[in-house]
Amino acid sequence: MPEHASFLTSRLNEALGWARKYSIFQYPFVTACCGMEYMATACSHYDVDRFGAGFPRFSPRQADVLFVVGTISHKMAPVLKRIHDQMAEPKWVVAFGVCTCTGGFYDNYATVMGIDTILPVDVYIPGCPPRPEMVLDGLMKLQDKIHEEHRTGERPAPEERPETLDA
Amino acid sequence: MTTLIERVASRFPDAVASSHAWRGDETVVLRREGLIEAARFVKEDPDLAMNFLMDLSAVDYSAFGKGPAPAFFSSSGVAVRPTPNIPDEDPWPGPPSSERFAVVYHFFSTTHKHRLRFVVPVGEDEPEVDSLVTLWPGANWLEREVWDLFGIRFKGHPDLRRILMYEEFEGHPLRKDYPVNKRQPLIGPVN
Amino acid sequence: MPIEQSTTTTTLHESGLATKDMLLNIGPAHPAMHGIVRIIARLEGEEIEEVDVEIGYLHRGFEKMSENVDYNGVIPYTDRLNYVSPLINNMGYCMTVEKLLGITVPERCHYVRVIVSEISRISDHLTCVGATAMELGAFTVFLYMIKAREFLWELVEKVTGARLTVSYCRVGGVKGDLPDEFVEPCRAAFKETRKVLDEARGLLERNRIFTDRMNGTGIISAEDAIGYGITGPFLRASGSDYDVRKDCPYAIYDRIDFDVPIGSEGDNMDRFLVRMEEMEQSMRIVEAAFEQMPPGPVMVDPGTGRPIPAAEMVDLAKMGNIAAITGGCAIAGPTLEGSSRAHYPSTATDEKRAFLPPKEDAYGNIEGLMQQFKLVMMGHGIRGPLGEVYFAVEGANGELGFYVVSDGRGHAYRVRVRPPCFAIMSALPELLVGDMVADIIPTFGSVNMIGGELDR
Repeated sequence: MPEHASFLTSRLNEALGWARKYSIFQYPFVTACCGMEYMATACSHYDVDRFGAGFPRFSPRQADVLFVVGTISHKMAPVLKRIHDQMAEPKWVVAFGVCTCTGGFYDNYATVMGIDTILPVDVYIPGCPPRPEMVLDGLMKLQDKIHEEHRTGERPAPEERPETLDA
Repeated sequence: MTTLIERVASRFPDAVASSHAWRGDETVVLRREGLIEAARFVKEDPDLAMNFLMDLSAVDYSAFGKGPAPAFFSSSGVAVRPTPNIPDEDPWPGPPSSERFAVVYHFFSTTHKHRLRFVVPVGEDEPEVDSLVTLWPGANWLEREVWDLFGIRFKGHPDLRRILMYEEFEGHPLRKDYPVNKRQPLIGPVN
Repeated sequence: MPIEQSTTTTTLHESGLATKDMLLNIGPAHPAMHGIVRIIARLEGEEIEEVDVEIGYLHRGFEKMSENVDYNGVIPYTDRLNYVSPLINNMGYCMTVEKLLGITVPERCHYVRVIVSEISRISDHLTCVGATAMELGAFTVFLYMIKAREFLWELVEKVTGARLTVSYCRVGGVKGDLPDEFVEPCRAAFKETRKVLDEARGLLERNRIFTDRMNGTGIISAEDAIGYGITGPFLRASGSDYDVRKDCPYAIYDRIDFDVPIGSEGDNMDRFLVRMEEMEQSMRIVEAAFEQMPPGPVMVDPGTGRPIPAAEMVDLAKMGNIAAITGGCAIAGPTLEGSSRAHYPSTATDEKRAFLPPKEDAYGNIEGLMQQFKLVMMGHGIRGPLGEVYFAVEGANGELGFYVVSDGRGHAYRVRVRPPCFAIMSALPELLVGDMVADIIPTFGSVNMIGGELDR
C-alpha cells in the first residue's frame, strides 16, 4: 500500500472514532438506587445529551454501551451476562456505582462483588450513588477510550481488577 | 376495658402460652395448634376487627444472647435506661419458648386503630405452622418469604416456593447458622 | 401460581379458526418496567388470563446485614430500601430503635425529621407519577417532574450533604440542624414544584391517551386491598382512609392540620390523582411545620461545656495548660452540616452517652471524639435492652414498619422491614387478570415498585 493511502485510512479511522464517541447508544441496565441518579443525569438539569449519549436504547441489539446501574445480585447475574452477550460488537461496559464496581457494602450471600467478576468493564464510576457530574466525567473517559481505539487501531484493555479484591 | 390480650386469652385459654405488652406492643404467644382459630377470631370479632395482616415474619432464636463477648471490657458500651413516659413496668419476658424459631404476626385494625402481635414458636424438627392464606390473601407472599429465608413450612399454602432467592439456592439465609457471606453463584467468573 | 407452558390451551371458535393461549414474558430487564421484576402472563388474545410475578432480583440481604452491624450502622442500609424517599426510612428505623431503647428525642428534632421526610415523600411521588406518564408516552411530564425533583434534592443536599443516600437521622436525633437559610429556599423550591405540578396536570388530566389508559384499569376494591395488606396511596385510592400519620400519629403529625385525599374507584386514575394531591398536602405539612417549629436542640446532647475556640484550645493544650480546657468544648468554625450553630445547648433525656455526638464535637474536642469512637466500635456502642418492638411510619408507598428484636448486645438480633410495596406487588395478579396486556404498563406504574424495598 502506498504511504499516503495508509495515512488516509488512519485519518478516516480517527474521524470514525470521533463520530462514534459522540453518538453513544446506551443500554441502561437499571436495577437499584443508582437508577435515580441515572434519571437525574439523563434529564434536563444535567442533560447527558450534550455528550451525544442522550438516547437510551432498551434493546441490547441496538446499543453499544452497557450501563450497569445498581447492585447485581446472583439471581440477576445470568440476565446481565446474557444481555451483554446479545450486544453486537463493538461494545463497551460502564460500571455505574460502587455496587457494580466492587459490591460495595453489600458483602453478603446475595450479591455479586463487582460485575467485573462476570463481564469485562471499560469504565468504573464509583460513588454510592455517583453524582451526575461524576457520571459525566466517566462518560468522557469512555469517549476518550473509544477515540483512542480508533486512533491506535487496537482496543484498550479492559480495566484490570485490582488484586486485593479477589481475596 | 379489657385489653386485647385478655380477650384472646379468655377465648383461647389452651392456645395462649404467655403474653406481654412490652413497650406497649401487645403480644400473645400462641401454641401453633391454636393459630388459625385465634387468627380467625381476631379478624372476625367486632371488638378486635383486625382486618389487616400487616406483617408476617420469623425470628431464629438459636443464637439469642450467645454472641461473642464485647471486644475489650464487659463494662464497655451503654445500657440505655428508658424515660418514664414510655411504658416499661415489666421487663421483656425473653424469647417466647425454648423452640428454635418463632413466627411473628402483626395485626392492625382500621376500625379501632389498635395493633396486636402473635408469636408462634416452632421447633427445628418439624418447622411447620398453619397457613393464613385463606384469611388474608396477602399472607401468600409473606409466607413464601418466610419459607425462603427461614425454611419454615406453611401447611395449606397453595404455592410454597422460593420468592427472593433462586431455586438453586441451598439453605435458608436468615437462619443464624447461615454465614453472612456464603455465596452460591449461578454463573462463574469471566474467563 | 407458576404457569406451565403445557397449560396453554387451544380454543376452536365458531368461525372455524383456532386460537391458542400465548405465554408472554416481561422482564426482568424490560424497557417498560422500571425496576427489575418478571411478569409471566398467559394471554387469550389481548386479555390477560393468568399472571405469575417473580421478584427477588434485587435481594441484597438487608435483614442479614442489619444483624451484623451496630444500631447506627444500619442507617445507611435503610437509605437504600426505598431509595426514592430515604429520609422516611431513616426516620422509621430510628424511631423504632428509639422505642426499643426507650428514649425521647427533642421537640425540634421531630419537626426537622417531619420536614425532610415530607420533602422526600414529594420526590417519591414525583418520580412515580413521572415514570408512569413516561411509560404512557408523556415524556415531557417525566422531564418536568425530574426537574422539580432536582429542586427538592438541592434542598435535601443543603440539609444532609447528600442528594440521595442521605443517612441523615441518628438514633437519638438527626445529624445536624437545618441550615440557617433554609425556609426561603424551601419556599422557592415549593413554588417551582407547584408550577411543575400545574403543568403536569394540564398535560395529563385532559390528555385523551393518558386518561383512557388510566381510567378503569387496575381496579381493586378497598376490601380486597386490605386483605392483601395494601396501605398508602394505593389503598387510599380505593376509598379507605387509612394513613399512619392520621390514625397512629407519630412525631408531631397530630399537631399539624392536613387532609388525606381518598379516591372512589380504586383504578389507576385515582391513584394518580391521590398522589398528585398528596404532594400538595406534603407541602402544606412542611409549611405548617415551619410555623410551629420551636428552637432548641436537634439531638440528645452528650453534655455541654464552656465553649472555647478551637485554635485557642490547641494553643492551650500545646502549652500543657490542660486545666484551662477541662470541661470545655471546642467551637469548630463553619460546621460540617451546613449549620453555623456550633453546639447544642440542652438535653432531653437522662442518658446522654448513647448518641453519636454532633460532628463539631466529634472533630472539635476529645470528649466528642471519644464518644464517637466508642459508639462506632464493635462491642462498645449502644447496648439495647432485651426486647422486641414494632413501629410503623407512613412511607411513600404505605405503612413502613420495622420490627427489631434485641438480645442486649451492640447490634440488633433481628431487623425486619415491612415493605409497603411487597403487599402491593403480591396483589398484582389480582389487579392484572381480566385487563388487556397494554394495561400492565399503567397498573405497574401506579404500583410504584421500588426494588430496594420490595426485595431488600
